[in-house]
Amino acid sequence: MTRDIALVAFAQTDHRRTSDELSEVEMLMPVLHDVLGQTGLKTADIGFTCSGSSDYLAGRAFSFTLALDGVGAWPPISESHVEMDGAWALYEAWTKLLTGDADTALVYSYGKSSPGSVRDVLTRQLDPYYVAPLWPDSVALAALQAQSLIDAGETDEPALAAVAARSRTDAAANSRAQLRGSVPHGDYLVRPLRTGDCSPIGDGAAAVVLAAGERARELCERPAWIRGIDHRIEAHSLGVRDLTDSPSARLAAEKAGVFERPVDTAELHAPFTSQEIVLRKALRLGEDVRVNPSGGALAANPLMAAGLIRLGEAAAAIHRGESDRALGHATSGPCLQQNLVAVLEGDPR
Amino acid sequence: MPEVLTAPLTVEFPFTRSLGPVQSAFLTGLRERVVLGVRTGDGRVLVPPVEYDPVTADEIRDLVEVAPTGTVTTWAWNHEPRRGQPLDTPFAWVLVRLDGADTALLHALDAPGPDAVHTGMRVRVRWAAEREGAITDIACFESYDGEQEQPTGHSGEFADAITKIVTPARLDYRYSPGRAQTAYLRALADRRTVGERCPSCHKVYVPPRGACPTCGVATTEQVEVGPAGTVTTFCIVNIKAKNLDIEVPYVYAHIALDGAGLALHGRIGGIPYDQVRMGLRVEPVWTEGARHPDHYRPTGEPDAEYDTYKELL
Amino acid sequence: MSKEPVAVVGVGQTKHVAARRDVSIAGLVREAARAALDDAELTWADVDAVVIGKAPDFFEGVMMPELYLADALGAVGKPMLRVHTAGSVGGSTALVAANLIAGRVHGTVLTLAFEKQSESNAMWGLSLPIPFQQPLLAGAGGFFAPHVRAYMRRTGAPDHIGSLVAYKDRRNALKNPCAHLHEHDITLEKVQASPMLWDPIRYSETCPSSDGACAMVLTDRAGAARAPRPPAWMLGGAMRSEPTLFAGKDFVSPQAGKDCAADVYRQAQIADPRRDIDAVEMYVPFSWYEPMWLENLGFADEGEGWKLTESGVTELDGDLPVNMSGGVLSTNPIGASGMIRFAEAVLQVRGQAGEHQVEGARRVLGHAYGGGSQFFSMWLVGSERPGS
Repeated sequence: MTRDIALVAFAQTDHRRTSDELSEVEMLMPVLHDVLGQTGLKTADIGFTCSGSSDYLAGRAFSFTLALDGVGAWPPISESHVEMDGAWALYEAWTKLLTGDADTALVYSYGKSSPGSVRDVLTRQLDPYYVAPLWPDSVALAALQAQSLIDAGETDEPALAAVAARSRTDAAANSRAQLRGSVPHGDYLVRPLRTGDCSPIGDGAAAVVLAAGERARELCERPAWIRGIDHRIEAHSLGVRDLTDSPSARLAAEKAGVFERPVDTAELHAPFTSQEIVLRKALRLGEDVRVNPSGGALAANPLMAAGLIRLGEAAAAIHRGESDRALGHATSGPCLQQNLVAVLEGDPR
Repeated sequence: MPEVLTAPLTVEFPFTRSLGPVQSAFLTGLRERVVLGVRTGDGRVLVPPVEYDPVTADEIRDLVEVAPTGTVTTWAWNHEPRRGQPLDTPFAWVLVRLDGADTALLHALDAPGPDAVHTGMRVRVRWAAEREGAITDIACFESYDGEQEQPTGHSGEFADAITKIVTPARLDYRYSPGRAQTAYLRALADRRTVGERCPSCHKVYVPPRGACPTCGVATTEQVEVGPAGTVTTFCIVNIKAKNLDIEVPYVYAHIALDGAGLALHGRIGGIPYDQVRMGLRVEPVWTEGARHPDHYRPTGEPDAEYDTYKELL
Repeated sequence: MSKEPVAVVGVGQTKHVAARRDVSIAGLVREAARAALDDAELTWADVDAVVIGKAPDFFEGVMMPELYLADALGAVGKPMLRVHTAGSVGGSTALVAANLIAGRVHGTVLTLAFEKQSESNAMWGLSLPIPFQQPLLAGAGGFFAPHVRAYMRRTGAPDHIGSLVAYKDRRNALKNPCAHLHEHDITLEKVQASPMLWDPIRYSETCPSSDGACAMVLTDRAGAARAPRPPAWMLGGAMRSEPTLFAGKDFVSPQAGKDCAADVYRQAQIADPRRDIDAVEMYVPFSWYEPMWLENLGFADEGEGWKLTESGVTELDGDLPVNMSGGVLSTNPIGASGMIRFAEAVLQVRGQAGEHQVEGARRVLGHAYGGGSQFFSMWLVGSERPGS
């Protein structure tokens, strides 16, 4: 890589089950003000803006066009949008900074899961000819994956419960999280997954600022340098994939340089406990790696923002001096079909 | 703060999906109680058959029949079926590798309970009584302890193959317009139009959207505008819009209410359509029970000068 | 650090039609992608990443359809990005792909945009009823027609300009085998006699609803050196956005459009677009947008755009041909429409535009916009590598 680019600020909402009283822009705007405030930048100072969101979550076409109201796009700004998690918006912004066309970027994403039945909404992602007509919901698909893992001897229900408990215990220190502290493992939602194995459904938004080179050092005491970032997708059909593995996460990690040196912290976007098991193996994370100190997606999973939040939390750990080399991960699609991995580093202390 | 408004929002369409040749053969086959797979260049048989090899991306067209019996490769017990799912009693989601196939098909398994299901169990297709050429022609799978059923060697060619499916899709949302729009809508109920002023640029937004889009800050100060305003530009609508009970032709106009920083949209009435002009002064006409003004009619004032509204088109 | 020059070495499109009843969604995108790879004489294995764009997912009723399309586009094991910037998305998608080359992330990228509007009624997707809101009063044309009237008021343009544009674009489409509308018996009189739908917009001055896909292969200098046919080189590219509705918005000539063009011209060192650019393929969903965009893009002074149209300058054999392909007026698979504009610019500078080729076109602008004049994306491509 020929240009050093860093996450220099991160902000997020308090994630909640519902946010009826706020429109999307009303929910998003304070986060934008927060992240810009951390750097002292104004919209007009930002070289490139990129966001991620989904019309299907909102139930309205072109829903992102009004979210731009919160940015203050005047005079006009250089801006783009992905119909993906904000982590991919960050990736697009990273490429823009690499070209040298911009030195700073604002990345944001938001999602309100509360207006719809998100388990049903996500069925619309599936093969529209063979699978979507059966309405298999997102928990059911994850449960098929979890059973594969159990059958393969990779995990069992107590191990899954331990992942859930660790995540919510860690989330107790995260005031933004939706599920914190002691949360019962609960009844089966779709067996073998219990309510406690599943991420909460909720609304939220997140934003980060990226900056290149010296600009990053001006804006942040300890920038979280992107040492590598990559994303990969797998075949769509569950029946052709080995659900106990995530070759796309592993390949993305390899391309991002994760395996060159150990990371001390990993923020994994695993909306189900079983998916953390898959990701830990694919990403070769040992017991000495702090996984999801924020509580991860099991503590708050605002769709379209949750992946960006993982990258933001990893960066924030570096900003605070709690990590020197952190992995941030985001996922999209059924059963971890698509994965993004970034390696972030702080300057030596 | 008064409670925000919410209302149900149903998004429901029937989608008409044209099929490629492989999908057409597979779904037509289900109608005829024949399960087809597709053979890849390296000899694997994919069921359900896809059009493009997930490994090589090659186009694949070599159809091959497989058995309606197979083996569960993984499963999940769904004790609370949801709308649209294959069975309305508790069932297992399963991935099934049919005999003769190398990949697994997702569907439902009818079973008395989770204890009756395990990975590796043998199952067979239970066909729907009425079949039309859709994945739901497989009603579900059921437990099967007989011999592996043999394919008939079907070629995959059908006399009257289906070429499309119609898939209804309904999603139910609960819509909330948020704080600013709720305040606007509540004022409209009193037949008052209340916008919000930007604390930074001082423009008045009607309807308010919660943020000043040029400054990116919250608008909070409420400002009543109108009731009269100026037609800044318009068009004459000559075709009837779907679900809209308005006789054509009529005038659809941008109307800058007095005191507003931008125009809103409305219909002009009380004047022949071909006499509406830019600059015409109008006021709202309300009807009982309607949330928004029914239309705007001329006030009789002299037309506004172009220069007074040219920034408000 | 300097950017890696971006070359376009492959272009592919479907034959655009009202309804492709013989293919799945995957089959549709595959056709364009395969054609682009064939043009570049490359295989799926030569592609490092896929960048795909389309307009709202509600059109086809598939949420994030790229997940399902990964297999068809040979993206398994590769990076795949999905862009959505409303009507400008086809252009934005190409620019995101170009950044992957310019930033030296990848060597060869497949970019593609599509819409299969026949899967649903596209107008439903656009007019989902939102609770509490006043119902849309006038359909799609009703949104644009008042802006056209504002343009006429501002410039004094005579009434017939719109019909001249439609007549020209529909004749250009006859020379383009991929175009949706092929109205062989088109005459100016027929355009002018067509029903006035949203006065001042006539039926023949509106765009159709199409199924279609468009794809391009973008590559770096090394890839261009291996290309079997002359590449098009990206000389400049930019996106600009402004809010959809705001106090002071100029719908006739949005600032974001002006700024976007200025950025492209700066990158490409274009001092006088009217003189230095040979042809323009712009996003004209309703005929009157041609004179409006001619002014917005700096090809004419304010109030003068319609004079270029009226005097024949924008005809295929004119001094500044506009919408050689037949334009959006002849072909409109919404999500792909922006990329078709970008691709036409490429075909022109590569000398591959067939019957609608502009002789000696060396620098051609591709333009897309959307979201109620909120989002703009443009690129300028040339036959010569920048800096060479």
